[in-house]
Amino acid sequence: MKITRETVEYVAHLGRLDLDPREIDEYTGQIDSILQYMDSLNALDTQGVEPTSHAVPVGCVMREDVVRESFTAEESTGNAPERIDTFFKVPPIIEVE
Amino acid sequence: MDILDLTIVQLREMLRKKEITSVELTEYYLNRIKKYDGEVLSYLRTTEDYAMEMARSADERIGRGEDTPLLGIPLGMKDILCTKGVETTCGSNILKGFVPPYDATVIRKLKEAGFVHLGRLNMDEFAMGSSTENSAFQTTRNPWDTTRIPGGSSGGSAAAVASGLCTSALGTDTGGSIRQPAGLCGVIGMKPTYGRVSRYGLVAFASSLDQIGPFSRNVSDCATMLGVIAGYDPMDSTSIPEPVPDYQSFLGRDIKGLRVGIPAEYSVEGMEADVKKTYEDNLQILKDQGATLVDVSLPHTQYAVATYYIICTAEASSNLARYDGVKYGLRENGKDIIDMYKKTRFKGFGKEVKRRIILGTYVLSSGYYDAYYRKAGKVRTLIRRDFDAAFTSCDLIVTPVSPTTAFKVGERVADPLTMYLSDIFTIPVNLAGLPGISIPGGFDAKGLPIGLQIIGRPLDEGRMLQAAHVFEAVKKAETVPGRLRV
Repeated sequence: MKITRETVEYVAHLGRLDLDPREIDEYTGQIDSILQYMDSLNALDTQGVEPTSHAVPVGCVMREDVVRESFTAEESTGNAPERIDTFFKVPPIIEVE
Repeated sequence: MDILDLTIVQLREMLRKKEITSVELTEYYLNRIKKYDGEVLSYLRTTEDYAMEMARSADERIGRGEDTPLLGIPLGMKDILCTKGVETTCGSNILKGFVPPYDATVIRKLKEAGFVHLGRLNMDEFAMGSSTENSAFQTTRNPWDTTRIPGGSSGGSAAAVASGLCTSALGTDTGGSIRQPAGLCGVIGMKPTYGRVSRYGLVAFASSLDQIGPFSRNVSDCATMLGVIAGYDPMDSTSIPEPVPDYQSFLGRDIKGLRVGIPAEYSVEGMEADVKKTYEDNLQILKDQGATLVDVSLPHTQYAVATYYIICTAEASSNLARYDGVKYGLRENGKDIIDMYKKTRFKGFGKEVKRRIILGTYVLSSGYYDAYYRKAGKVRTLIRRDFDAAFTSCDLIVTPVSPTTAFKVGERVADPLTMYLSDIFTIPVNLAGLPGISIPGGFDAKGLPIGLQIIGRPLDEGRMLQAAHVFEAVKKAETVPGRLRV
């Protein structure tokens, strides 16, 4: 086995995903076989090969720093599931004594 | 004369001469959707009022003598392209009810060209899948056999075009999501060169691989659509600052002396006999038309699927971090903010999306990054070099699109790896950033379509369309099942 139930739970936590116990079992088996398949890449010697992150070489693209029209606060927050005026509303982040 | 057999160029001519109005054309398609989409399930939602408003406006513009490439032409849109004021769900419960406050660049360009927006086409959730079975809302059916899948992730786009439920459509392709469903539904689908079309407003899955492209029933329409959507966009810094050629000008030219590369590695285990036979017949057509067939080698092909699933899941796990229940879409309440994120994402994402987030998070996590993500980046370089080397001895590479024809609904759901392997012929093209087109190559003994893939050098879409057009004229493959014409 490449991966255990605990690893799946931990990685799900890193990805901010709750999973139910049945899903954890299912994913553990499936991800294990997918990772084993991915390990086929180890058969290749890639020493000295530069990795490709983009198929087209992309440099740092600059633009003039000028004031332009952008979305209004109303447009930007209009899809929020909960908001107060044009603020996003979220549960407490810092605990209060 | 059947409207379904006319090209956009021909329809534009009729619209210009007032032989038909955009309102009539739009009603024609809306009526067809009512009549046939109950069994095909290609549209998630039609936008009738919006479509009629755009059609009336197009007719006014035509009346004023305006002439743009898509003026009055009804199209379908994959539900992944942000459209101002139109619900855009990406096939996911987590984006249900999301109404973008802006247009994707391709939508803006289509609007400037005068199109009519018929509705939103079904897809695998966040474009992750090869069958539309991962859509949170419905599974689209293959119009040639409704017990089978249409391919994916742009299965709704392919099925709608093959059923004659729009003139053309847009889809997106990360590992084959335009070409595979186009092949399985027997229509034309093109993934342009990475960077040829702006991704601004495309809901991101794997940003270094995603590309938008057209579906159509003839090569001319593919050329028209590509000409409208292609070009540099300051809003997408990966778009290529090169002028857009007149793609129509490539049509009608012969292919005498064209060197067509045949990769030895694309004869894989599990390829159906009819697919192999059709591929060989298709190559003979190209040869008869004057092309020279050249053997080429793409030695790292067998590593492409593993490489792809490391890269695309890594990028997806990062891109999908934005769905947190704060800015848009679904929210499930929790005891604190982390709990709220977790519950929201648990409820909002489907199985395949969660599986890919976990895989992607794993391959990027501390201790595994070098072994998986960095390794995959290096193999991606080797795959790119394979194509560079092959293109020194040929002008185009021609392969099958998929090893099999359309499979049955439900057949591969429990086995993600087999599902992933169905994209073996399309994935390398995305990794190398090359353009690829799927064109109808014929049918198997069950009457299911078989696609032929043409791969080009970067920005060589014109030459691909040229070869596709020559092939189309000889092959004359049926693109709409007869029973959907009555």
